[in-house]
Amino acid sequence: MTLAVGDPYLADGTVDFGDVLLAAGKAVVAFAVLLVAVMLMVWFERKVVGRLQNRLGPTVAGPFGLFQTLADGIKLFFKEDIIPSRADRFVFQLAPYLSLVPAFLTFTIIPIAGDFNGENDGRVTMFGRETFLQVADLPVGILFFLAMSSLAVYGIMLAGWSSGSKYPLLGSIRASAQAISYEAALGLSLASVLLVSGSLSTNEIVNSQAGSGFGGFVPNWNLIVTGFVPFVVFLIAGTAELNRPPFDLVEAEQEIVGGYHTEYSSIRFAMFFLAEFMNTVTMAAIIVTLFFGGPAGPTFGSIIPGWLWGFIWFFSKLLVFLFTFVWFRATLPRLRYDQLMDLGWKLLIPLSLGWLLLLAAIRLVRNGRIDLLDDGGLVAETALVISVSVGILLLGAFLLSMAATAARTERLASRGLTAVAVSDPVVASSSRADGKEVE
Amino acid sequence: MTATESETPTQSETRPDADTRSDASPGQLDRLPRRGAVLRMSEVRAAEEVASEPLGDENDQTMLMNMGPSHPSTHGVLRLMLELDGETIVRSKPVIGYLHTGMEKTGEQLTYLQGPTNVTRMDYAAPLFNELVFSLAVEELVGIEIPERATWIRMLMTELNRISSHLLFMATNGMDLGAVSMMIYGWREREQVLRFFQKVTGLRMNHNYIRPGGVAADLPDGWRDDVLTLMEMLPPRLEEYDTLMTGQPIWRERLQGVGVLTPEEALALSATGPVLRSTGVAWDLRRDMPYLAFDEVDFDVVVGSYGDSFDRYAIRLNEIRESIRIVNQILDKMPPGDYRAQDAKVTPPPRARIDESMEALIHHFKIFTEGFKVPEGEVYVAVESPRGELGCYLVSDGGPKPYRMHIRGPSFVNLQTMPHMMADSLIADAVAVISSVDPILGEVDR
Repeated sequence: MTLAVGDPYLADGTVDFGDVLLAAGKAVVAFAVLLVAVMLMVWFERKVVGRLQNRLGPTVAGPFGLFQTLADGIKLFFKEDIIPSRADRFVFQLAPYLSLVPAFLTFTIIPIAGDFNGENDGRVTMFGRETFLQVADLPVGILFFLAMSSLAVYGIMLAGWSSGSKYPLLGSIRASAQAISYEAALGLSLASVLLVSGSLSTNEIVNSQAGSGFGGFVPNWNLIVTGFVPFVVFLIAGTAELNRPPFDLVEAEQEIVGGYHTEYSSIRFAMFFLAEFMNTVTMAAIIVTLFFGGPAGPTFGSIIPGWLWGFIWFFSKLLVFLFTFVWFRATLPRLRYDQLMDLGWKLLIPLSLGWLLLLAAIRLVRNGRIDLLDDGGLVAETALVISVSVGILLLGAFLLSMAATAARTERLASRGLTAVAVSDPVVASSSRADGKEVE
Repeated sequence: MTATESETPTQSETRPDADTRSDASPGQLDRLPRRGAVLRMSEVRAAEEVASEPLGDENDQTMLMNMGPSHPSTHGVLRLMLELDGETIVRSKPVIGYLHTGMEKTGEQLTYLQGPTNVTRMDYAAPLFNELVFSLAVEELVGIEIPERATWIRMLMTELNRISSHLLFMATNGMDLGAVSMMIYGWREREQVLRFFQKVTGLRMNHNYIRPGGVAADLPDGWRDDVLTLMEMLPPRLEEYDTLMTGQPIWRERLQGVGVLTPEEALALSATGPVLRSTGVAWDLRRDMPYLAFDEVDFDVVVGSYGDSFDRYAIRLNEIRESIRIVNQILDKMPPGDYRAQDAKVTPPPRARIDESMEALIHHFKIFTEGFKVPEGEVYVAVESPRGELGCYLVSDGGPKPYRMHIRGPSFVNLQTMPHMMADSLIADAVAVISSVDPILGEVDR
């Protein structure tokens, strides 16, 4: 594993016309792929939700309703673009772009194909140049992702603020609070991945997950290496970051009538819509990259070239998560604002922080930095570290729940209420028409 | 079990983590006017309230927001004026009248036979109850006995209507809290019930089926199989609701301890139906002031313990199960006989008789043109609609049209519990509260 990251075609330090052409070509292709993916994602979501709800979903536009998104896009494009008179015109018009551009940019760091088996690190030869199948392999790829997902909130926040209307304002306040809270959990669960992969570059992260791990057949995915918890935290925090159900408080139609995009119409609304689904696709791709080995996977036979196998693996894993997001939406009720904050600050952040420390301690032992018994044997130390860490985690959890209980009691007391224990009532009690008691 | 006994929770199993619900302290009734739950207060009292209100500093501003009349979760055209401190509701006030169609006044222009057509449009989710209460009131004034079969048909239809209305609640309650699939599921089951209604009455809503003197038509052939199919279809679907919502942690978090009402407050605000029963007061007109033949069937009155939105949800879910029980008993006990009173002065004669009898033709003509005359007097009749006590007050001056018709709409009365339940909660809770009161605006505004 080398620390020198970056696309191989840039490794010689010179940039010629061909390099520029290759970069531009990749950008255009990625753009097109993302747009098509979004179009299909909207269709997929509507179709799957429809089926889950005993409906058919779109059926009319094109085969299986595939062109429904296109039809909707064209319709929205030709609708009147209304700017409310009380809106801040400049910011109001700017906001959709602020939302859309980061959504596009994040996708550039995703490796979507390539052969990661054996000595291969995913590079392919294109037009006589060796390159990775991603638009850019930044040395700070994951930080770039975090930066862009934070930036995307500006679009939502400014849209709500500039609308000059109350519901969007509430939506934008919710958006900023939610983004700040969940960014922390997202970052901390990410840190576990970075710890085991040892790089911020997405290509390196995928590379570190290639091959098989434990027992020779279990995949070497970060999902298993980091011990599931960071993945669960990342999935929850990622869903919240996307403002998708059950964390869609930002637009919560039943409460604040669509939130930040209430006042938007025509193509500007379409841009928000596009950005949202783009983010969904990108987030699923990030999850696949970080925890499920991205395009890495075994190849079978030689009819299909290795890099294409990478694409097939990547896309299949992506579909699983896209379905998961849709499944969430069809099943779960929406959380309330304070419950969302509780979940983020009181559960996800402490959990991912504690898990990070645990992983770090175990790594120290593995690397032989802690050798208390001076025998070089790692088993005793590993067990010791794990038990001490788990003990500390439990203690932390206990103290946290104590603090939460004390705070709740105080809050209730300030409202003149006392907390009571609650039975489990579906039918608390019932009586018969003839006066006899039952149950 | 009496109402007072049931105010205490009967189950003592405790869960240490579930302390989200709270007891209301005594003296909360004093808060009702300040919370806006009492729409009118004396000027002296109002002056006292203003004087006792602490003056906040200038930075401590609240925002006034109008939720509705067109808002996705105000169940029609209810408008709520919310005074918000951030997202917390300080005070709220329901504003009604956006669906006022003057049905009560219209009722004075229609004959008693035309009356059900009018009242059925009030609570459009439970139209048969409106027809029932109007018909019962008219029958009380006229003093006719209806045949036993008509009574049982009425019971069958209204209990099925209770099921369809509560299914509608399940759908909208789920949707209001973000469980969008629930909306389709609730609608799907309700559709099956409405299909049966269509077969019996010819219409899915606003049936004009229950009329003074009986019902419009006998049950069609094969009705028993249809009802049995329904009764077999529903229980497993209700189990699915339990899986999807009742046991769902987010669902419980969203509803438990939200919109708490104490029995005293509920009684002071004259709430009825599931809103009152959720507080633990076992008041159900079917049991406490039996009408039709509800004293001959066996069913439970479902009550809650905490008066919160979750109790109101659980009560309605279990009332569907109780209604299924009742319907199953009705299937066993349905007597043969006539479906309407053969009183030529009140009900039209059978079609065949018109061809052979001059008197029948005259009666038919008189009933459908002038209407039948109702003795002077006034009457109040109440039934237990899915939303609570649905009452009809009729005054007759001896003519063929009511001198005054007034409907006590449970939605309208229950609406005034809202400001109290919403105070100090978040906007999301307000949505849950509106949903759990389940108002039908057609009945609120009449």
